[in-house]
Amino acid sequence: MIYRETGQFKSSYESDQALFPIKQDRYVILGVLIVTFGVVPGLLNEYWLNAILLPFLIYALAALGLNILTGYCGQVSLGTGGFMAVGAFSVYKLMIAFPELGFIPLVLLSGVITAAVGALFGLPSLRIKGFYLAVATLAAQFFLIWLFNKVGWFFNYNASGMINSPPMTVFGVIITGPEGDMTGKYYLVATFVALFALVAKNLARGRIGRNWMAIRDMDIAAELIGVRPLIAKLSAFAVSSFYIGMAGALYFAVWLGSAEPTEAFDINQSFLVLFMIIIGGLGSVLGSFLGAGFMVLMPILLKNIMVDGFGTDAALAAHIEIITVGVLIIGFLIVEPHGLARLWRIAKEKMRLWPFPH
Amino acid sequence: MNIAKLTRQAVLALLAMPLLSGVATAYELTIPSLDYRTGPYAPNGIPFANGYGDYLHMLNERDGGINGSKINLVACETAYNTKRGVECYENTKGEGESGALVYQPLSTGITYQLIPKSSVDRIPVFSMGYGRTSAANGKVFPWVFNFPATYWDQATVFIRYIGEKEGGMDKLKGKKIALVYHNSAYGKEPIRTLEKAAEQYGFEFLQLPVDHPGQEQKSTWLQVRQERPDWVLMWGWGVMNQVAIKEAASIRYPMDHFIGVWWSGSENDVLPAGDAAHGYLSGAFHQPGGNFPAHDDIRKYVYDKGMGLGERDRIGEVLYNRGLVAAMWTSEAIRKAMEIHKTNKIKGVHVRDGFEALDVDEARLTELGLPGFTIPVKITCENHEGPGKVALQQWDAKAQKWSLVSGFYEPLRDITAPLIAEDSAQYAKENGVVPRICG
Repeated sequence: MIYRETGQFKSSYESDQALFPIKQDRYVILGVLIVTFGVVPGLLNEYWLNAILLPFLIYALAALGLNILTGYCGQVSLGTGGFMAVGAFSVYKLMIAFPELGFIPLVLLSGVITAAVGALFGLPSLRIKGFYLAVATLAAQFFLIWLFNKVGWFFNYNASGMINSPPMTVFGVIITGPEGDMTGKYYLVATFVALFALVAKNLARGRIGRNWMAIRDMDIAAELIGVRPLIAKLSAFAVSSFYIGMAGALYFAVWLGSAEPTEAFDINQSFLVLFMIIIGGLGSVLGSFLGAGFMVLMPILLKNIMVDGFGTDAALAAHIEIITVGVLIIGFLIVEPHGLARLWRIAKEKMRLWPFPH
Repeated sequence: MNIAKLTRQAVLALLAMPLLSGVATAYELTIPSLDYRTGPYAPNGIPFANGYGDYLHMLNERDGGINGSKINLVACETAYNTKRGVECYENTKGEGESGALVYQPLSTGITYQLIPKSSVDRIPVFSMGYGRTSAANGKVFPWVFNFPATYWDQATVFIRYIGEKEGGMDKLKGKKIALVYHNSAYGKEPIRTLEKAAEQYGFEFLQLPVDHPGQEQKSTWLQVRQERPDWVLMWGWGVMNQVAIKEAASIRYPMDHFIGVWWSGSENDVLPAGDAAHGYLSGAFHQPGGNFPAHDDIRKYVYDKGMGLGERDRIGEVLYNRGLVAAMWTSEAIRKAMEIHKTNKIKGVHVRDGFEALDVDEARLTELGLPGFTIPVKITCENHEGPGKVALQQWDAKAQKWSLVSGFYEPLRDITAPLIAEDSAQYAKENGVVPRICG
């Protein structure tokens, strides 16, 4: 069919090593980018941008981060909520202390802070693996939330322990705070996500990514062929936390506007992001997006179909929604344990061979 | 209905979702109701939502709405979750011709989200007795109303009550008062006030946080047993309340020295502890019980027609009445807004004016079929917390009912007023709000 690489000859090493070696893939990515940046903001109203697309993009960034750690490097983490909180509280403190630096550098900086914290909590991964590591990261989750809830300095001694994002601008457009421009917010987050998805894709296929995957597939063998577990594991923790920290910063400052640690970053957050990458596909950039889309959009879609479409009682709809999402998760995992990204890969392979499947 | 048809309908419904507004013929008053009938706080959320909805439905059935305009109650399920609450807000704010007229966010987290949005979207937020206490300062928070009293008022009223029982405020010196609180923005609200009061009256103040959702409190109550505070105050919600009361009973803490906030004083909270809960106290700003004329109207116009949201025999529960009183003040504010602007076609921005001119005195309460149900409320431009008076109610485990056991106390304004000024000034500074000039 149209998806076929026949006739696309590679005449140089560069073209052979390109990020998307198949021409059709490049067109699709280009198309997605054009739609994302050119069409969507003009087409959709505030409800779609704020309630659906912003959380989708932000969760996609967090899922990308966790996928680097869990999908590529094989280290199970349940600390995502805690690391997102580190990003959020860093950006909050930085916005109060150094507003003159500008919002984008502050988000990057809070990612760096989170990376340091993540690397610190990654240290146990050198000695423990699998479920035991999951428990260690769970400790990080609870410790960090407790810390942000307990120590007044983090929330500027606010009486209720909540943090509020002060208004900040990017290129003259107000991005954070209540007066934030919806389209501006969308552009900012979409740019962050697109850029760092590209970075992740590049990282994953380069030397660092291959080190991570070697560790994931068999750490003793990897060590024997010269991969240093200390560097590989800690870099995975750091890079992953960098992504998650930025996601947390955007989640708090751009999307929510105010947050309290115990609710916005609780353990459910960690599970949600973990579900995203399991459903989307471990070790796949595309999978992070598909998983985030599934977990963010599906409940809202179901709710809108039931309540607005069929006039179902709101509470009944909420119960049906919980059941349906659960059933869908189990169903997907039975049908395709490698996630939605794997479905896409199979579809691609089928299309390449079509119409001669044998 | 076959699958294909169902799918087609679903797709159509989905496509029509943003366009659904504007089909109504007569001007309807859209009032969203952010319910939480699921999740860990559902036992408390359900009666409130029922009371809120039933009262507004009763107005529709009995009077044809407010001044002849029907109310369109739009329920949206939040599960007490902030993110879902925001989604609900975005989804419902443009509903119908009028747009959402007023929000009752019903959770501290959602209230904090909506406070800044309210001034941008020009829709008032009525966080009745909860949310951000310093929103009492109408100069900084023109769009937020938290009457009839705030958490800080309530905390000082409890201190006054304790002082009275101990035989004078000077007797508080050297006493030990513990606060068992939900470890969240909501539970932390009274801490600063109580710290100030502890300084002023010389009692020892003990803080005992309980983490969400509050099913595990053994260690908290072990601490109570060790420290032996003279009084225990509680800022709890949902399942945390009943667990706390049971735990208090199991360490034989005297129930008449245990006072809950007004969100910790409903039938759901005390019934599981059985007889052991006898004598437990809580704050209140309205009467319990379902024998007011307005309740009879709800039974007659709503439940007799099979339109009731809840069960008939649960009309008049504490949280049901809380929903009802919220609906009453909301509808009165809308009525006032129609009066001021001399039109039925009002929007959120007008309802705000209605709230600011709200004056529901005893005579009006009697007209509404709620004589003596609650305190008279008068709102002004600078004062959004209203009278600030709080009473105490006590649980009678034998009769299985709540009843008010005190009059309405004035709060200790010398403690709360400076705190409100300080906190609202900080908000104004952080968010670049210029306080408006009143009068």
